[in-house]
Amino acid sequence: MKNDIDIDITIPSHTRYLRMVGKIGEKVAQEIDCPEGIRETLSSQLAIVLTEGLVNAIKHANSADPDKEIHVRINVSNKNLVVRIYDNGVGFDLDAVPSPSFASGEIEDKGRGIFILRSLMDTVRYTRSDDGNVLEMRKNLP
Amino acid sequence: MDIKTEVTDGVSVLFIREDRLDANNSEELKVELRRFYESGTKDLVIDLKEIHFIDSSGLGVLVSGYKNASTSHGTLKLSNLQSQVKSMFELTRLHRVFDIFTSVDDALQSYR
Repeated sequence: MKNDIDIDITIPSHTRYLRMVGKIGEKVAQEIDCPEGIRETLSSQLAIVLTEGLVNAIKHANSADPDKEIHVRINVSNKNLVVRIYDNGVGFDLDAVPSPSFASGEIEDKGRGIFILRSLMDTVRYTRSDDGNVLEMRKNLP
Repeated sequence: MDIKTEVTDGVSVLFIREDRLDANNSEELKVELRRFYESGTKDLVIDLKEIHFIDSSGLGVLVSGYKNASTSHGTLKLSNLQSQVKSMFELTRLHRVFDIFTSVDDALQSYR
């Protein structure tokens, strides 16, 4: 069976939509043609990746402005799963985000979101332009 | 956020009655935890049995609570982590920071 799914979602820039988009992601992953165990893991991972990517767009890129919109695209092909999250805010510098410290005396309550994306996805890239910014994350499928 | 609080043997147990702890609701828990420790509570167990999804904001709030506890020379322990929550703790290595129990009873037992 061929994997060929393309989902487009536009939402206001607000955290109340995290649940909905996460659920959509889970449902999409459950339709991917691959072994069931892998599908379950992908479903869970896609939900968290969408949530973390959206929170970044809402809080950092869009500076928590609820009048802004966020556009999400989820593509599944036989080769990979691609998630793109588009914001039209000021953006942020992905490369400037450090990994959280794992030293027990120094645990921080912030900063794990990008680390989680980088851990779960094969590539994570944020591109800024005058027309808008996009966080693109790819995961190769088995 | 729907939270039920019980006190057993001087230990407060917070039962979080939500299925998600994420950027949309975690700030409320952060405030609640800070309030607990500022009011003199020393020992707190958070039961996460109903939480089936946690994101980095949720993790951050638990860390914030842990730091409040440390500052007050108190403790914050966790119980009943479901599978997605466990995975997120392991991914971020927070399972090495917190005392985590499989039940509220076991968590309370650790204080005796």
